[in-house]
Amino acid sequence: MDEASATQPQRAARDVDDSVIHTRALTKRYRGGQLAVDGLDLTVPAGSVFGFLGPNGSGKTTTIRMLMGLIEPTSGTARVLGHPMPRSSRAVLPHVGALIEGPALYGFLTGRDNLVRYDSADPTADPRTRSSRVAAALDRVGLTAAGGKKARAYSLGMKQRLGLAAALLQPRRLLVLDEPTNGLDPQGMREIRSLVRELASDGTTVFLSSHLLDEIEQVCTHAAVMARGRLVTQGAVAELAAGARGRLVVTTPDPAEAARVLKEQGVGDVVVADDRVTGEPPERDLADVNAALVTAGVRVRGFGVERASLEDAFVALTGEGFDVAG
Amino acid sequence: MSRAEAATGPAGIDVGSASPLWTLGLLRSELVTTFRRWRTLALLGVLAAVPILVGVAVRIETRDGSSVGGGGGGGPAFITQITNNGLFLVFTALAATLPFFLPMAVGVVAGDAIAGEANAGTLRYLLVAPAGRTRLLLTKYATTMAFCLVATLVVAVSALTVGALLFPLGDLTTISGTQISFAEGLGRALLIALVVAASLIGLAALGLFVSTLTNSGIAAMATTVGLLITVQILDQIPQLHAIQPYFFSHYWLSFADLMREPVYWDGLVKNLELQALYAAVFGSAAWARFTAKDITA
Repeated sequence: MDEASATQPQRAARDVDDSVIHTRALTKRYRGGQLAVDGLDLTVPAGSVFGFLGPNGSGKTTTIRMLMGLIEPTSGTARVLGHPMPRSSRAVLPHVGALIEGPALYGFLTGRDNLVRYDSADPTADPRTRSSRVAAALDRVGLTAAGGKKARAYSLGMKQRLGLAAALLQPRRLLVLDEPTNGLDPQGMREIRSLVRELASDGTTVFLSSHLLDEIEQVCTHAAVMARGRLVTQGAVAELAAGARGRLVVTTPDPAEAARVLKEQGVGDVVVADDRVTGEPPERDLADVNAALVTAGVRVRGFGVERASLEDAFVALTGEGFDVAG
Repeated sequence: MSRAEAATGPAGIDVGSASPLWTLGLLRSELVTTFRRWRTLALLGVLAAVPILVGVAVRIETRDGSSVGGGGGGGPAFITQITNNGLFLVFTALAATLPFFLPMAVGVVAGDAIAGEANAGTLRYLLVAPAGRTRLLLTKYATTMAFCLVATLVVAVSALTVGALLFPLGDLTTISGTQISFAEGLGRALLIALVVAASLIGLAALGLFVSTLTNSGIAAMATTVGLLITVQILDQIPQLHAIQPYFFSHYWLSFADLMREPVYWDGLVKNLELQALYAAVFGSAAWARFTAKDITA
């Protein structure tokens, strides 16, 4: 352990310019000709919480399976923790905790024995510390009390937690979590989010795939958007959301009059819906716009700019809704 | 490049820090997982019941002093000798279970080895652990062979127990007519059990190969057992005698030659050679298939 802490600063320095995941023109064409992933150039910075976003069927899971060495790419390269995959699986994967397409458990084993089984498959796991690490992982996901129950008796949420516990059996440098809040109740989702933040603050890079935009928005520092096998965009979440501008929203009992004044003030794309008038904010100070409304005798109940959500950004980028790609 | 750089990868990964003994840890986990399954225990239970059935049937039939099968010589090998010596129940039980019960149980375990894990989705988690594809396959094959041995020993021990309870024990008469002591008879019984277990190696490799072809455990088990039945039937058709020596089951019953004095080795050696050939061919095929396969389950 002393040795590890001694090399820590050195590693941290290297990681600044080292990305944790880096793919170049990564492509997978399944037998039968279906192009699942098409020329993906993905870069996940060290220490980020990276949201991997896209509709069902957009190639997220295929990408994750290629990164984890389960699927051989048709062409292109993937590097994880600086090593080529799938060639370096043996060296890389002990440092990676993964939850891929939901948990998979041995129903006839207890939750605890499931973790023991997965831990004994890891060549770097020390059998002497196994039981304490298993207990710690169970505790971390709140399953200590249910650890002795057969896994087939678990609810979907409990299975999901046990899958997470398997990913946390060892200290990891990268966590790949594919839809981690699937099947969880709102309380469970909140717990997972705080767990992800906690892990990220310890320096673990978290690669989080989801089709839930607000989930990504709440926990992620960076995000990439996939659609139909291609990467649409990637970058810091704040920048992505900034790409789509917010909208000016005026709530008023006099919508028609308000719309006229707003147009005069240079507000574009004015839309009236009941007592809400929305539009693209002008360059000038919004205080002047508000003053103009009041001067014109428009009674204003609410006035403000609604921040653009990632969903707005997504729609702006792909020009489509969040539907399953055909 | 400094020493520290050489020991770690570009991103600071420790390479090759694993203990060489970890494969044993995986094997132990695999054995425990296999033998704790209710299904495995049920298969072993069925196998243990066969000698009990045979023993009780023979006991009831010969209660009035008549000989087994009315002296017609029907039934499995050695069955007529059981009343003289309970040890013969071991040979009879192995001869009765080898054509179907034993290989069927092995087919279930071997067929389910990879496909069952794929079906449950646990395969992907074992591989990202990372268990390593070659190591996982070797572990699965070793576990299947351990099951062959355990299953055979279950039949033998059950038969020996039933034989000792229902019939007298003592010196034996070999097929060649010579007498051997009971202790030597026990030794022969153990040797026969080992040969019977080894007879299943070929089928185990075949089942493991089938198991790498599909993501359905049930399909792999059914295919393996189906192949077993097909081969057993084809082995009975005289017109096919040219290819019969290549069937994995062709020399199975040669274990009886161990009860000759001196032992007649030809069939035994041919059987073991054939099993080794099957293990090599289908083991390689399974390895080629499994290490190149996209894991999509």
